[in-house]
Amino acid sequence: MCLAIPARVLKIEDMMAEVDMMGNKRTVGTHLVPEVQVGDYVLVHAGFAIEIVDQEYAKETEELLVEEAMAREKY
Amino acid sequence: MERIIMAHGSGGRLSHQLVQDLFQKYLGNDYLNQMNDATILPGSTKLALTTDSFVVNPIFFRGGDIGKLAVCGTINDLSVTGARPRYLSLAVILEEGFLIEDLERIVQSIAETSQKAGVPIVCGDTKVVERGSADKIFINTTGVGFLQEHLVGPEYIQPGDYLLISGTIGDHGIAILADREGLEFGTPVVSDCAPLNHLIESFYGPGVRCMRDPTRGGVGTTLNEIARQAKVSIVLEEESLPLNPGVEGACGMLGLDPLYLANEGKVLAVVAPEAVEEVLAKMKAHPLGEQAAVIGRIGEKDPGLVLLKTPLGGKRVVGMLEGEHLPRIC
Amino acid sequence: MKNTNSVDTKAIAEKYLEEIKVLVDQPYTVMEVCGTHTVAIAKNALRDLLPSQLRLVSGPGCPVCVTDSKDIDRFLYLAAQPNVITATFGDMMRVPGSRKSLQILKSEGADIRIVYSTLDALDLARKNPDKEVVFLGVGFETTVPTVAVSIEQAEKEGIKNYSVLSMHKLVPPVLKALAEDPETQVDGFLDPGHACAIIGSKALEFMAKDYNMPGVVTGFDGLDILEGLVMLLRQRKEGRCEIEIQYQKVVKPEGNLAAQAIINKIFEPVDAYFRGLGLIPKGGLGLRKEYAEWDAGVKFALPEFESKEIPGCRCGNVLKGQISPLECPLFARKCTPLTPVGPCMVSSEGSCAAYYRYAQRSVK
Repeated sequence: MCLAIPARVLKIEDMMAEVDMMGNKRTVGTHLVPEVQVGDYVLVHAGFAIEIVDQEYAKETEELLVEEAMAREKY
Repeated sequence: MERIIMAHGSGGRLSHQLVQDLFQKYLGNDYLNQMNDATILPGSTKLALTTDSFVVNPIFFRGGDIGKLAVCGTINDLSVTGARPRYLSLAVILEEGFLIEDLERIVQSIAETSQKAGVPIVCGDTKVVERGSADKIFINTTGVGFLQEHLVGPEYIQPGDYLLISGTIGDHGIAILADREGLEFGTPVVSDCAPLNHLIESFYGPGVRCMRDPTRGGVGTTLNEIARQAKVSIVLEEESLPLNPGVEGACGMLGLDPLYLANEGKVLAVVAPEAVEEVLAKMKAHPLGEQAAVIGRIGEKDPGLVLLKTPLGGKRVVGMLEGEHLPRIC
Repeated sequence: MKNTNSVDTKAIAEKYLEEIKVLVDQPYTVMEVCGTHTVAIAKNALRDLLPSQLRLVSGPGCPVCVTDSKDIDRFLYLAAQPNVITATFGDMMRVPGSRKSLQILKSEGADIRIVYSTLDALDLARKNPDKEVVFLGVGFETTVPTVAVSIEQAEKEGIKNYSVLSMHKLVPPVLKALAEDPETQVDGFLDPGHACAIIGSKALEFMAKDYNMPGVVTGFDGLDILEGLVMLLRQRKEGRCEIEIQYQKVVKPEGNLAAQAIINKIFEPVDAYFRGLGLIPKGGLGLRKEYAEWDAGVKFALPEFESKEIPGCRCGNVLKGQISPLECPLFARKCTPLTPVGPCMVSSEGSCAAYYRYAQRSVK
């Protein structure tokens, strides 16, 4: 019931954050994670950040996702 | 159903049903019923003929525009049928109020693409309709090509053959969505719209059994069509599917499946085992095929079935696109 | 979940699968509650890889599936009104009511827009001041806070032409109802990772404490799910009955307090009809009286519709985990994704749709 993917926060302005998801940029609401900071990873669902992701896990996941994706491309 | 719904245009099951139950019912003949990307016609030299209409919105998108698309789409349909594309016709329907400078941009793009591909426009038509009766511009292109000695088609596919694709999937589908109103996400993804005739020429030969360009409905739908027509099964390897990280991220964000997103500059080729290495190398040597990959194999059990082997080792069915490819949040 | 590359993914998966095989020396039935888990399991073809003694059944965590037919008829009525712009997530477009669906209404000229966020819906209201924008509120606790924010925002800005038709549902009450139903035969639960990111794993502890039903709050990758299953099976082996968190990078025992606060500010629990399950006390959410101006159910005079039971449809049994989709006589015959009879087939994450799409023909 919940498609959500991790994204990195690039900028925050007026309760809205610009986030990066493997190169795609989107603007999402930060109302549910008021303590979020630039550089944090957040879980995005339906146009909002719904939770802050444990940084270590998320960075590894993104790096691995991108790495895996790159590896796939090179076949 | 009483009325046309958007899903009738998505290239999936409803589209197929509409063609079968309505168009083929009244118009069916041996030529039309070939139901391939281009129709092969008899004559002193065998001809291939194809037609396509283009109604894409937005008309200018990252990596292309409706004009470039109109030229590439028809050239590619001819090329994957094993024909050398020779001539194109161009018919345009314009909405009252459409900006002439936009039209000029599109026509320039058509000229550029046609020149690059080496396939000239040799006849055309223009109509104008009242504001509201068309969405800015609709284009139809019809193309004719001459078949080569070596013939391709689903009937030549054998179990044991390999499935190749010339590059990453889903790029065009995402590029279009990114520019649609109401979506607005910045993406590095660009449409892969390109004429494939030179790429195909570079690897074409005995050993190539069948080709398709996976446009509307994506790779998933196209493979189902092939499996059905050739009466074989197909097993895809999920890990081998070339995918741009940007497309992967965008699909995750929108709840879409890259297997069902349109591609406008990729060719799927079914290749005999002894020719795979050579065909793959030739694809990769061409700028449009740098990320070519072997993505699957043709089998004989369960004809018509398309399966995907997941990274964990399980196998799941890849069906035809049912209805419209709708984004989900759940 | 750590992966170093796809080779490791397979290696780790194999390790978990081996352990699962050993731990399922006796049959074990797991219910995965969340529709997104249903799809993830089907997409990863996990049933193929798991021993047959481990039975995976799908539960009622598919918000589209459990939307009652009378709620569907209500919003279809509203969507057909002139001057109304219906904003909805894509998931609802194909759901059939007694006669039509949003998709069909759209082809007949109704102004229906797919949005990706309630903020987009609110924006529609700003841009179309002479129309009424109604957002169809479907979803469990993962989605509810996002809807609540849009209402709070509408109030702040004085936007009067925006309203929400709340059909939202809650996870703990429906789990409670399952636990209290003697026909439920489940040994453990894979609990919804994202809903619990909001409500916290503590909100589900009553299942273990009061009903002796263990659960593991799990993420949505193939590996996450395998890990969740291992954790559940280990509980049985070690004689434990707890609610554990596998999805630690996102789920905390207390959940997201800011999200919970805004849900409570705008919404209050109400009795709700879950299609196939009947009335679940306090199983849904309705807007509080103070926000009646943004409550589409109050704003518009909507006729009352009747819950329609579809003859032959076994969705209720499927949603309770009592039968698998394959055991429904209508499955893949009369009931297919293009011609769905019941909600489990309509929703892209319904059990039946997931089965049909990914696992219909035997792949072994």
